[in-house]
Amino acid sequence: MTRPDTAPATGTGGVKRGLADMLKGGVIMDVVTPEQAKIAEDAGAVAVMALERVPADIRAQGGVARMSDPDMVAGIVESVSIPVMAKARIGHFVEAQVLQSIGVDYVDESEVLTPADEAHHIDKWAFTVPFVCGATNLGEALRRLGEGAAMIRSKGEAGTGNVVEATRHMRAIRSEIRALSRMDTQELYAAAKELRAPVSLVQEVAESGRLPVVLFTAGGIATPADAAMMMQLGAEGVFVGSGIFKSGDPAKRAEAIVRATTFHDDPDVIAKVSAGLGEAMVGRTTSDMAEHERLATRGW
Amino acid sequence: MAVTAPVGVLALQGNVPEHLDALRACGAEARPVRRPAELAEVAGLVLPGGESTTLSKLLEAVELLEPLRERLRAGMPAFGSCAGMILLAREAIDGRPDQHQLGALDITVRRNAFGRQVQSFETDLAVTGVVGGPVRAVFIRAPWVESTGRGVEVLARVPGSVPGPASGKVVAVRQGPVMATAFHPEQTGDARLHDLFLRRVREYAAAG
Repeated sequence: MTRPDTAPATGTGGVKRGLADMLKGGVIMDVVTPEQAKIAEDAGAVAVMALERVPADIRAQGGVARMSDPDMVAGIVESVSIPVMAKARIGHFVEAQVLQSIGVDYVDESEVLTPADEAHHIDKWAFTVPFVCGATNLGEALRRLGEGAAMIRSKGEAGTGNVVEATRHMRAIRSEIRALSRMDTQELYAAAKELRAPVSLVQEVAESGRLPVVLFTAGGIATPADAAMMMQLGAEGVFVGSGIFKSGDPAKRAEAIVRATTFHDDPDVIAKVSAGLGEAMVGRTTSDMAEHERLATRGW
Repeated sequence: MAVTAPVGVLALQGNVPEHLDALRACGAEARPVRRPAELAEVAGLVLPGGESTTLSKLLEAVELLEPLRERLRAGMPAFGSCAGMILLAREAIDGRPDQHQLGALDITVRRNAFGRQVQSFETDLAVTGVVGGPVRAVFIRAPWVESTGRGVEVLARVPGSVPGPASGKVVAVRQGPVMATAFHPEQTGDARLHDLFLRRVREYAAAG
């Protein structure tokens, strides 16, 4: 990369990826009101994700799920000092422009909302605000990076309280990275074709043995043990959606998940914080879900 | 010259691996610190970038807050970047009222002083004590230093070429064995500031 001149530069790759770096080891919580955002901040969340309805409610109520009301997002931005992320529909670049304009710190181009475009994701290079995108495998992650995403998360199956899909996605991404690391130059060209991803990114991942951006996990995380397991599977941080505010004691569960994420490799701590949390959100299995109910298949 | 005693990076949350890498690149033995027993074993501590509210809360929850204050009072060298600078400061403006301050630097900082993420930026910055040209300074929802007490040495200011209220603001300081930057030297692969910190650690170790 050429060295930029001495004038200060905003919206650079380093600045966009850098904020995700600062969130590492932390928990980002879905919130729908300023009150929930305060509870999340009090519990030690590193950021909050503003959305119209949590995924479990989107599933239950159906209809088109869109970006939150800008007033509500602005209210959340006002109410906490931690970074505020917000979801835009896949391909809905104007929702993303609106979120950038009201001062959101990160935009999640999210399969949890109803996609606005069936062929195109947002051109994320065109924005100053950084983007996080979901992925179910390495190819999808690299295509999102090619479009300018600055952070990747597993998709999981949001709103189910079932961690099995997130596990699948985390394992897929990590094992595909390991496979790339063992390939020679010619094999990498073939792998790029297979992954439908830019060759330069494939080569970079093969060499470094990791994504060039921070990798979080999301989708179905409901307990401290879920969060710790994802961290041990290689996630660098955790998004929790419905798992907190659909549980019996959100403040206590939020705090417990934060602690379990920091001490993800210490079963004594996880045991201690997992005790007496009250009801977890009601979960549902994903193996018997109809195709149209699956959110993870949105985006490509 | 390698530092013989290990140095730590506070590893509760934030940009921990990059700081460990930078310290190791300078020849130091670097370890993550999450527990009081781990803090007791290190000769100096880096407080990384992260979310200062989260770090403050976790410091208390894992019972590291008082042991850390104790070590800092006893003169342990420390280096804070961004959130680390906020924690080391005597006072923080625009933070939560319940946020803990370690008070190892006699400075008042303003949190998120440059604005939100879309205002985050990078620029070249001359830093006192760092030889070989300016450092590339990455500011991410960064604080700046509003005021400094006696005994605080200013190491860097925002260049005058930056317009608005940020122009000329103090963004790197040192007071005795403790230094801090509002930006993230761990983000650029340039370990000269870590080297400066390790020099403090050696001086402190030599003084016994």
